[in-house]
Amino acid sequence: MPDLNINFAGIKAPNPFWLASAPPTNSGYQIMKAFDAGWGGAVWKTLGVPVINVSSRYGSINYRDTRMAGFNNIELITDRPLADNLKEIEEVKKYFPDHAVIASLMVETKAEWHQIIKDVENAGVDGIELNFGCPHGMCERGMGSAVGQEPAVLQTIVEWVMEVAKVPVITKLTPNISHIVDPGLAATRGGSNAISLVNTFKSIVGIDLDSFAPYPIVDGKGTNGGYCGPAIKPIALDMVKELAQHPEIQHVPISGIGGIETWRDAVEFILLGAGSVQVCTAAMHYGFGIVREMKAGLEQFMTDKGFETIYDFKGKALPNVTEWKNLNLMHKVVAKIDPAKCVGCDLCYIACDDGAHQAIRISKLNGNRIPEIIDENCVGCNLCALVCPVEECITMEKRDDGTKFKSWEELTIENNVPTSFDDELAGGKHHFVPTVQDALKFRK
Amino acid sequence: MAEFIRPKTEEEFEINFQQKKPLMNPTEAYFESSRCLFCYDAPCIQACPTGIDIPLFIKQITTKNLTGSAKTIYDSNWLGNACGAICPTGILCEGACVYNHQDVPPIQIGRLQNFATSYAIHENKNLFKIGPSNGRKVAIIGSGPAGIACACELRIMGYEVDIYEAKEKPSGLTLYGIAAYKITNEEVEREMDYLKNKLGLNFICNHPILEKFQLDELETSYDAIFLGIGIGPTAILNLPGEDKNNVIGAVEFIEELRKKHHEIKVPNHVVVIGGGNTAMDAASQSARLGAENITLAYRRSKSEMGAYGFEYKLAISSGVTSIFEAQPISIDGKDQAESVTFKRTKYNNGKLETIEGSEFVVMADLVIKATGQAKNSSILNLVEGMHTDNKNRIIVNEVSFQTTNPMYFAGGDAVNGGAEVVNAAYHGKMAAKGIEVWLNSFK
Ligand SMILES: Cc1cc2nc3c(=O)[nH]c(=O)nc-3n(C[C@H](O)[C@H](O)[C@H](O)COP(=O)(O)OP(=O)(O)OC[C@H]3O[C@@H](n4cnc5c(N)ncnc54)[C@H](O)[C@@H]3O)c2cc1C
Ligand SMILES: Cc1cc2nc3c(=O)[nH]c(=O)nc-3n(C[C@H](O)[C@H](O)[C@H](O)COP(=O)(O)O)c2cc1C
Ligand code: SF4
Ligand code: SF4
Ligand code: SF4
Repeated sequence: MPDLNINFAGIKAPNPFWLASAPPTNSGYQIMKAFDAGWGGAVWKTLGVPVINVSSRYGSINYRDTRMAGFNNIELITDRPLADNLKEIEEVKKYFPDHAVIASLMVETKAEWHQIIKDVENAGVDGIELNFGCPHGMCERGMGSAVGQEPAVLQTIVEWVMEVAKVPVITKLTPNISHIVDPGLAATRGGSNAISLVNTFKSIVGIDLDSFAPYPIVDGKGTNGGYCGPAIKPIALDMVKELAQHPEIQHVPISGIGGIETWRDAVEFILLGAGSVQVCTAAMHYGFGIVREMKAGLEQFMTDKGFETIYDFKGKALPNVTEWKNLNLMHKVVAKIDPAKCVGCDLCYIACDDGAHQAIRISKLNGNRIPEIIDENCVGCNLCALVCPVEECITMEKRDDGTKFKSWEELTIENNVPTSFDDELAGGKHHFVPTVQDALKFRK
Repeated sequence: MAEFIRPKTEEEFEINFQQKKPLMNPTEAYFESSRCLFCYDAPCIQACPTGIDIPLFIKQITTKNLTGSAKTIYDSNWLGNACGAICPTGILCEGACVYNHQDVPPIQIGRLQNFATSYAIHENKNLFKIGPSNGRKVAIIGSGPAGIACACELRIMGYEVDIYEAKEKPSGLTLYGIAAYKITNEEVEREMDYLKNKLGLNFICNHPILEKFQLDELETSYDAIFLGIGIGPTAILNLPGEDKNNVIGAVEFIEELRKKHHEIKVPNHVVVIGGGNTAMDAASQSARLGAENITLAYRRSKSEMGAYGFEYKLAISSGVTSIFEAQPISIDGKDQAESVTFKRTKYNNGKLETIEGSEFVVMADLVIKATGQAKNSSILNLVEGMHTDNKNRIIVNEVSFQTTNPMYFAGGDAVNGGAEVVNAAYHGKMAAKGIEVWLNSFK
């Protein structure tokens, strides 16, 4: 049985699955229920300056029959009294001394920061998370993402915090910035013990076509919200990688957040260097019980691969995430269709013909709808395999023998890169392209 | 009118007995599993007698953790693979699926269950851990679903288990009773071999326990005994002519069919007597063996039949004719049955009566009696202090499955009088836990 225990910047937890600071961690009731369901830690719903929330708070993207493929909210930090939260933190820690309880905080002045840190430490938290993330509401008051977007301000506040904090401090970053390394560096230089990312993305999930207002609609008006859920995972993964690979930041533990719903998502974040993962939308969609799929899947993965702890594979994908210029230009894959599996939807054909490289043919002879790959035209872009609705029907076959390696970087050093527009060395020069007139034969 | 051509080869048999719930392919499993809503406190779980965490195992299929999915299933049900194919899911899990309320087809839970477990069996995955030996030994009598489930559960708790089986092969009615279009013999045997190998089950086949001295021996050599003996052969009807050559019990008919496949020859005119699921199975399978006229005769009305609606529909769609409110009076012919004489029935003050002068005759060169099974009373009477109810069902505690003789536990058809494999699987598992609690009470 693999050991899921983690020690994240000094914060210990029975497993890496933590609830992100959000509605699921609004109360001691919820957090205790979550721990019983199997979560290893929870970041308390952000405590801080007093707020008032609106009614009608969430909107979502339903992708076909999939609900909440993307989720957005215009909620602020907690609106519950600080004293109640502190009392509940204390109680939760009494019942669950071995689970990680982390207080997310957002206040304004240095004095306020110092005071609230003392308060939550007295209540018994295992760590503190600084919320520099909310891209709505709080930023208009100079907090949340307004801080996260100003690395210098962020660093100053982290320094204030580090002056007094006795428990590990995690700085939570907003992704609403073009270069995530900047706030990452500021947090590191400010002395933060760890970094978590991402908070939500500034977003408008849709417009009501009758009232002409953005969702979620509050009395005929709306505002940008924060976007999260499965849709944001790819961008979150990239940002985690950016920090995990940065020479000055890579020693800082990272808690990965963004669109995590299954064990696979969690493993991906860990492979890119995350030492714990946080989940909000999936818990809001399915309840705390969703963690049983994540935990069982992680355990099975570790058993299958022979990993005993998550530190056996944490960051294992990082060496394989490189810059484009280092990729092997000699690598060659070609699509292959399994005619026994093909159902003849011809989506691959039209995707390739209209959207890629005209490397698929359909004979239509005797009503045959099974397409054929034209090997010499296929550039190995993967598009057909991605659109094919049948599992493992189109596979990408490796055609190079694996003995040759040549990257753009090497070609540059050898002075062998194409330089003029019509250079013989350019990649697409000898690719097949139909004639312009060939397009006319499709006219009806 | 025969719907099916008489199968003369194994291939033709397989065509006629095409599986009702064939193995899904990966695309089918992916799409179907993706539809599951992951309901909270899901109604499908509540409807499963073994309480499998259905949304979890389905989500594990979507997330390509097939091993974990199979584990989730076996954690609750030791016959997970067979049950996926043979459970009457329409009245269990799938009948409870919330999609039914939207008139959207429910999730095909049974086939998904079969998909995940087939993967684990085929890939020989290690899902279980035999418990460290606790020095205790349990004898299991009967290797049907109840006995198997009890044995498996005991093994993971560290017990040594010997399973005594009267027949040549383990599995009970899963191998000899279930309709051949629900599961193949190979499938049943594959799961059995898998469990046997992974859990080190010790089967002692061709070894009926019928005598008092045998029980005495077991009582001295084991810490507890589990009875998973099912119910007996088809009961005697006390019908004139019942002893003719071509009059057979449904259970015996199906057993022969499961063993001989296309080599069993049914004549053209078959009369099946009864209105339960066994009657439906016998009729549907006679049709698939190529009989021309199959008459299903039930003494009460259609709405009073014990059979599930879908089993009746299957029989009818296989070309079977049904007669209701008809009671057999005699089976006629010389040595061979040639026809069955019926009388019409009606209710009189709530009592079923035959109507004078309403006789009619149905041609029959095979009569299949599906009118209930007799009880294995002999062995039951040998166990001291073990009580049965008025229907000869062993009385057990409903949590521990302990009988009134504390050393004996029991489950499956012997306890419920005949239900489904999934119920027997649940009983066996619970009895194993009951045995553990009981033996621990002496510590
Ligand atoms: C015709 C028919 C069709 C059915 N169809 C379905 C279906 O589609 N789906 C479904 O879920 N269920 C079905 N069932 C019900 C299901 O088969 C039973 O509920 C289930 O097999 C009961 O399991 P069990 O372990 O209690 O008994 P059994 O399966 O009957 O097993 C009992 C075992 O004990 C052995 N045994 C008995 N006495 C002794 C002894 N004295 N010594 C040693 N061994 C002994 C027997 O040989 C047998 O192997 C069907 C039943 C019948 C009769
Ligand atoms: C309704 C809602 C409220 C949130 N409130 C907070 C908050 O108070 N503090 C905070 O740091 N993050 C907050 N978040 C952001 C989440 O903690 C998390 O970073 C984000 O949702 C991405 O994770 P996910 O894709 O798993 O949802 C909130 C998110 C949602 C959906
Ligand atoms: S989820 Fe609960 S709080 Fe929110 S709108 Fe529905 S009932 Fe109200
Ligand atoms: S997309 Fe897949 S299924 Fe459709 S035609 Fe192409 S190969 Fe066949
Ligand atoms: S009831 Fe249906 S949709 Fe809901 S969890 Fe069960 S199978 Fe899935």
